[in-house]
Amino acid sequence: MGRRLPKAVTGGLASAVMVISFLLAVMQVWSLAAMPPESRQINQTLFTWITAGDFSLDLALRLDALSAVMILVVTGIGSLIHIYSTAYMHEETDEAYARFFSYLNLFCFFMLMLVLGSNVLVMFVGWEGVGLCSYLLIGFYYEKQSASDAAKKAFVVNRIGDFAFILGALLLVVTFNSLDFTTIALAVKEMPPEVTFGTLSLITLLLFIGATGKSAQIPLYVWLPDAMEGPTPVSALIHAATMVTAGVYMIGRNALLFEHTPVTLMIVAGVGAATALMAGTIGLVQNDIKRVLAYSTVSQLGYMFLAMGMGAFGAGIFHLMTHAFFKACLFLGSGAVIHALHGEQDIRKMGGLKKHIPVTYWTFVIASVAIAGVPGLAGFFSKDEILFETFLHGHQILWGIGVLTSLLTATYMFRLVHLTFHGEERFGAVEHAHGHDDHGHAHAHAAPQHSSTPAPQHSHGVHLHDAPAPMAFALIVLAIGSVLAGYVGVPHALGGHNNLGAWLEPAFQATNCGAPVTTGELAGIAIAECPPGEAAEATEDHASLELSLMAVSSLVAFAGIGLASFLWLKRKDIPAQMATQFSGVHKLLLNKYYVDEVYDATIVQPIKVVSQEGLWRGFDVKIVDGAVNGAGYFVSGVSIVLRLLQNGSVKTYAASIFAGAVTILAYYFWR
Amino acid sequence: MSIGHYLVLSGLLFSIGAAGVFLRRNLITLLLSVEIMLNAVNLAFVAFGRQLGTVDGQIITFFVMTVAAAEAAVGLALVIGLFRHRESLNPEAFTSLKW
Repeated sequence: MGRRLPKAVTGGLASAVMVISFLLAVMQVWSLAAMPPESRQINQTLFTWITAGDFSLDLALRLDALSAVMILVVTGIGSLIHIYSTAYMHEETDEAYARFFSYLNLFCFFMLMLVLGSNVLVMFVGWEGVGLCSYLLIGFYYEKQSASDAAKKAFVVNRIGDFAFILGALLLVVTFNSLDFTTIALAVKEMPPEVTFGTLSLITLLLFIGATGKSAQIPLYVWLPDAMEGPTPVSALIHAATMVTAGVYMIGRNALLFEHTPVTLMIVAGVGAATALMAGTIGLVQNDIKRVLAYSTVSQLGYMFLAMGMGAFGAGIFHLMTHAFFKACLFLGSGAVIHALHGEQDIRKMGGLKKHIPVTYWTFVIASVAIAGVPGLAGFFSKDEILFETFLHGHQILWGIGVLTSLLTATYMFRLVHLTFHGEERFGAVEHAHGHDDHGHAHAHAAPQHSSTPAPQHSHGVHLHDAPAPMAFALIVLAIGSVLAGYVGVPHALGGHNNLGAWLEPAFQATNCGAPVTTGELAGIAIAECPPGEAAEATEDHASLELSLMAVSSLVAFAGIGLASFLWLKRKDIPAQMATQFSGVHKLLLNKYYVDEVYDATIVQPIKVVSQEGLWRGFDVKIVDGAVNGAGYFVSGVSIVLRLLQNGSVKTYAASIFAGAVTILAYYFWR
Repeated sequence: MSIGHYLVLSGLLFSIGAAGVFLRRNLITLLLSVEIMLNAVNLAFVAFGRQLGTVDGQIITFFVMTVAAAEAAVGLALVIGLFRHRESLNPEAFTSLKW
């Protein structure tokens, strides 16, 4: 149908639907907020899906404090990205344009299903659905080999995680005879925490492996950087703001379950911290604007898992929300840069763009400042809360890793800003060299990424245009969001009330425990602690500690920015020198620790060999085909003999009938 | 007369019919022999019916006679069709329907 509709209709329709669903989401959340904190839940059972014995499963949706945050993020940022895409994808053909928007809408549907599902199976439907849409959208430019490879890689890697997710869900059925989140949480509440590794730990571990697949954590993070083959709005929506946070959300949804398994929580925290650090170091040397952002996403997701592992579920979700704002803004900003440069993604060929595309520049800088954790912006509050919680739980090493990563975050983000927007203009000259002799290693590395917009004919000119109105609109709204999103969760130490944490608290506790101290208003001025008093106590005790930790992380953020400015603006020779001096390290980082190569050698190749030599040539050709052919040969061999009996003579037939009848009679006679 | 006599006669008739089917070389005779076999069976049915004091034997005999009439009609039509093909009534001439 899309082939016959003009772009304005398809794009407009898709965006309008998203905006309407955002408004509906706001209305729903509003009515949710009007309820008392401990009963904030809207349930809707559509129909009974599965009944087997005493096990039954409804296709039911549930909106509570946690999913409320998620639907606002999904529909809000989703609609902005839709609006942005109407301009960004405008150079596509009508058909591709319609295809793009239908995939994007399908994705939002599945994402909402994921966050609204009231049991594991409904969530899993959404979980698989977003995986499918991710696959479709990464492979959007399916004529391109690298894009379709990346899509397949994402799909297969996700499948590994999903497999563990299914196993975890089945174990849940076996253990609790239910898949409903509330039922499970209530059942878990009665149980003592599992100090050693047992069934619960196994369940949570399996679920966590599922989460690592979806949310790109070690060891299954490898698909996310390659996923940048998709159009940039897709990277922003799916691979930064929403889908990759599904794993974090899932852990938050099963918060009580995870709280009862300290072993898994430690693993979660460890993996999160390790991922954050590793991805941060890789991000430091990448030269593709989107890949830097991709590794930054992996790194920030690591933070979220660190928070989850510390049991600071509120902090994790908080960071998820703020991250959605500034990372979507960064991706859309990078999209605007790529759009302006007609498909150029290599930051070494940019520079000096500041005066050409001011809107993009300023929004990008705001978002970078936010992610770097400069006080007063979104990233600061959420990241600081995570670090504070980590320190509070006595994990100084993990805290150290977190701080180091935040230093890295600030550094690579501002390296990106400086190389892209400051310094001399490198795009004109390189544009000419491109395609002549520039076939060195570095270029070959960046070569497959000239994707997001098909290069128009006039790409040689340096005609730069800033983001068109729809793109600028989305960028500005997101930049404002990056500044303001943090203020929903200002910590107590700074005189705030951590409204978001209080808002989320009941969702993690599953039910009300004890009377709320005061009835909450919409913005949750009162704090409904659970149990009451504990949070307030913690606030007093740790206010000074939190303040000093904040000072540390702010210092680190400024240090990172300063370092980046020094290295990539003032003394541009130093990075190059360092790269040669520590060429081994540099190469290691540039090649992403060779993880792809290791996976290829240890997993992909053996599987290929086994399937080709063993399963295909051996099992399939010899045994399966052999059995089928053998059956054929056997039948034809036997029938060569047997068909001689059919000689066409009526008499012979009559004789055999007669003989048969006599034989049967004789049998009955002398039996 | 006991039932034994009827059955012996029926058996004799059936054997004559069967022998005719196997030994004669004429399709029409073959059909006639088949009719004899059917009537032998009819005789047995009627005899048993009388012995048991029920009408079942007579009812089934009527059915067999109906079927025999239909069979004779179809059989003779086939014989005429075959004769037009081969100018022969010998069943050995029609052996091409094989393999």
